[in-house]
Amino acid sequence: MSSEAVLHGSSAHLADDAHHVHHHHETFITKYVFSQDHKMIAKQFLITGMIWAVIGGLFSVIFRLQLGYPDQTFPWLEDILGHWAKGGKIQPEFYYALVTMHGTVLVFFVLTAGLSGTFANFLIPLQIGARDMASPLLNMLSYWFFFIASVIMISSLFVQTGPAAGGWTVYPPLSALGDASQGSKIGMDLWLISMAIFIVSSLLGGLNYITTILTMRTKGMSMTRMPLTMWALFFTAVLGVLSFPVLLSGCILLIFDRNLGTSFFLSDIVVAGKILPNEGGSAILFQHLFWFLGHPEVYIIMLPAMGMVSEILSINSRKPIFGYMAMVGSLFAICTLALLVWAHHMFVTGLNPFLGAVFVLLTLLIAVPSAIKVFNWLTTLWKGNIRFTPAMLFAIGFVSLFISGGLTGIFLGNSALDIHLHDTYFVVAHFHIVMGVASFFGMFAGVYHWFPKMYGRHMNHTLAYLHFWITMVGAYLIFWPMHYQGLSGMPRRYYDFSNWESFKQYAELNQFISLVVIIVFAAQFLFLFNFFYSIFKGRKLTDLNPWGANTLEWTTPLRPGHGNWPGEIPEVHRWAYDYAKEGKNGEDFIPQNVPVGEDETRH
Amino acid sequence: MPADTKWWSGGRSPFNASYGKVMMWYFLMSDAFTFGAFLISYGTIRFSVNNWADPNHVFNAFPLAGHANLPLAFVSLMTFILIFSSVTMVLAVHEGHNMNRKGVEKYMILTILGGIAFLSCQAWEWTHLITGDHAVLVNGQIEHWGTTVTRNPWGPEVLHNGQMIATPGPVAFGGYFFGITGFHGFHVMSGVVVNIIMYLKTKMGHFDQRGHYEMIEKAGLYWHFVDLVWVFVFLCFYLV
Repeated sequence: MSSEAVLHGSSAHLADDAHHVHHHHETFITKYVFSQDHKMIAKQFLITGMIWAVIGGLFSVIFRLQLGYPDQTFPWLEDILGHWAKGGKIQPEFYYALVTMHGTVLVFFVLTAGLSGTFANFLIPLQIGARDMASPLLNMLSYWFFFIASVIMISSLFVQTGPAAGGWTVYPPLSALGDASQGSKIGMDLWLISMAIFIVSSLLGGLNYITTILTMRTKGMSMTRMPLTMWALFFTAVLGVLSFPVLLSGCILLIFDRNLGTSFFLSDIVVAGKILPNEGGSAILFQHLFWFLGHPEVYIIMLPAMGMVSEILSINSRKPIFGYMAMVGSLFAICTLALLVWAHHMFVTGLNPFLGAVFVLLTLLIAVPSAIKVFNWLTTLWKGNIRFTPAMLFAIGFVSLFISGGLTGIFLGNSALDIHLHDTYFVVAHFHIVMGVASFFGMFAGVYHWFPKMYGRHMNHTLAYLHFWITMVGAYLIFWPMHYQGLSGMPRRYYDFSNWESFKQYAELNQFISLVVIIVFAAQFLFLFNFFYSIFKGRKLTDLNPWGANTLEWTTPLRPGHGNWPGEIPEVHRWAYDYAKEGKNGEDFIPQNVPVGEDETRH
Repeated sequence: MPADTKWWSGGRSPFNASYGKVMMWYFLMSDAFTFGAFLISYGTIRFSVNNWADPNHVFNAFPLAGHANLPLAFVSLMTFILIFSSVTMVLAVHEGHNMNRKGVEKYMILTILGGIAFLSCQAWEWTHLITGDHAVLVNGQIEHWGTTVTRNPWGPEVLHNGQMIATPGPVAFGGYFFGITGFHGFHVMSGVVVNIIMYLKTKMGHFDQRGHYEMIEKAGLYWHFVDLVWVFVFLCFYLV
């Protein structure tokens, strides 16, 4: 108990850290299950996220089978899916359920919880020099709320009427009326309850991340000496804390509409020839509430990846990050603008065109900080002494995808172009590249880079390179053609395009995309195998700082205990980017905890 | 603290506050967004319809006062009770600063009682609204409706057989009223539970052992926030 009090400690406790060595008794339960150690919680988030990623990815493989091979039957699908794939063909209701759950799972459970849950937990205390999170207890609860949300969401897959099937945006009135579709019955209630619990989890995590970064930095770690990862995770948490509660409001009102007969989102509806008594509600209101979270959400997904990529690019170019303050400033600008552009998802809902014009302007403004970041990444690479580690490849891949996907965002941000492009495959291509695949690349980069710190071993680089190239090439092969499909008007969420004369020309292209999806999905098992194999059998670390990095996490022991540093927490004397600068023993970097020499200027 | 203290250079909390208090403030900010979303939704719908129930008319009852017309009297009492419980909370925090356990206990009890009294008032008000029948002209027939999430007997009045009688009003009234005051009531209830835990911890001497009564302060922050939200709810549903 006494040592735990220290871990909870705020500033007052930092001074006497040296007196405490953390050897409290740990059982299997406290060490691996209900752990309050941020490093273990991070691993729990990561591995749960991996399981979800496999499930969510498998969904896309199954619905791509339908899209690529609409005329064929796959009897084995009936074996595993039963009445959802009668005669070996995905049923339309199940197709919508698959699309919905694919989106929900990957956006929330993998790229929100799995990404910031993992790296905010793992990196924040290690990189700012803290013993643990501000509140390890709330941190543990954050994981377990996520776990409960996961269990509820998984259970919705097994109810008779299937999981939610109204799209991941769950727009009412479809999602509010059980009689309107199979996927709006109990599956929808489970979706809403699961998301409400997920929001609690995200709130507990976010509060911890913000508080820890603001109040528990080690001596000398001023805000402007923090690695960019920290800034990115900080702004991510701020966005989450401000926008998730609004989704919570929307979810609560939707639950009431579904179960208590209220009319928040419902008005003048006829279902199956029956006039419903609901009146006076507004379906558009839900869209406002949803997208007030929904848009910041894409930055909640993007920013951690941006932060880690900045770090990895600088380390592996052996150069200081270019434009540190510009990077921080653009993160702040993105964070602010993210909260002010939600209605660009609603240009065609009947939004007042003058209001639309404001949202167009604000949306296009995001191109400015985004471009600043991209140019800074490229300039960091420029004339660098580049080391192509797996993490570095994924980081470069991230920049590539962010550029490709970001440019199409400028098309979609125009309310006039959006009339043609909305709800087409152009949108699908845009957001999958820029936030889906790019964030996944950020996550892979993070895992390959920090795996040695997590498990004290290396991952296999050959498998990693194979994983990178298949994923990189595959991602472009899957999503690039979708731009053309979208421009020619092919709508998203359709079950079968073979009925339309104008889309028949894409039958083979769809087949091709589906084939690549299967290959890329299979390639992810290279990563999963590599990850789990390397935990136990990976090459052992010979150097505590294998990448020659400046940040504090590499000053901890090989497998840091709860409390991270056995002795005193190192004091910080410089920023995190003193690369290409000669160190004491002739290295080309100077870690943050090395005092500034007499011949140096201060940062 | 020396004047040249570098607050933001690490090694200390820049706000000179414990992590718990900082975290509570951020939580309250987050919660404010939840309530903000509710109230803005309410405003959107309310101003998109042509008529709305007149609060002076809807909320004019008082327990044991029969059919006396006392507009907003009861809700004023409720508001007074809640604000007063904020005052006792402040006093509890103050006694905590003085390390006076008996004082903290006394004022926590008063705060808890205030919270319970508020919730009881709310329960009475809800019951009165839901069960109190009002004549409404529906499709040429007179029906008797309570105020629920699906029925609103407070619409504009029309002349029927020489008598003024109300027509059905927008159902959103009940939905938002019960939804938002209910969500606020849920917060009050959570606050009462937290306060009871704080009271028990005080009584068991936990804070004396710890050497400070900061937990009372954190509970106080939450309690004041819930009161503040009520002021907005009061404004939006009863005064406007």
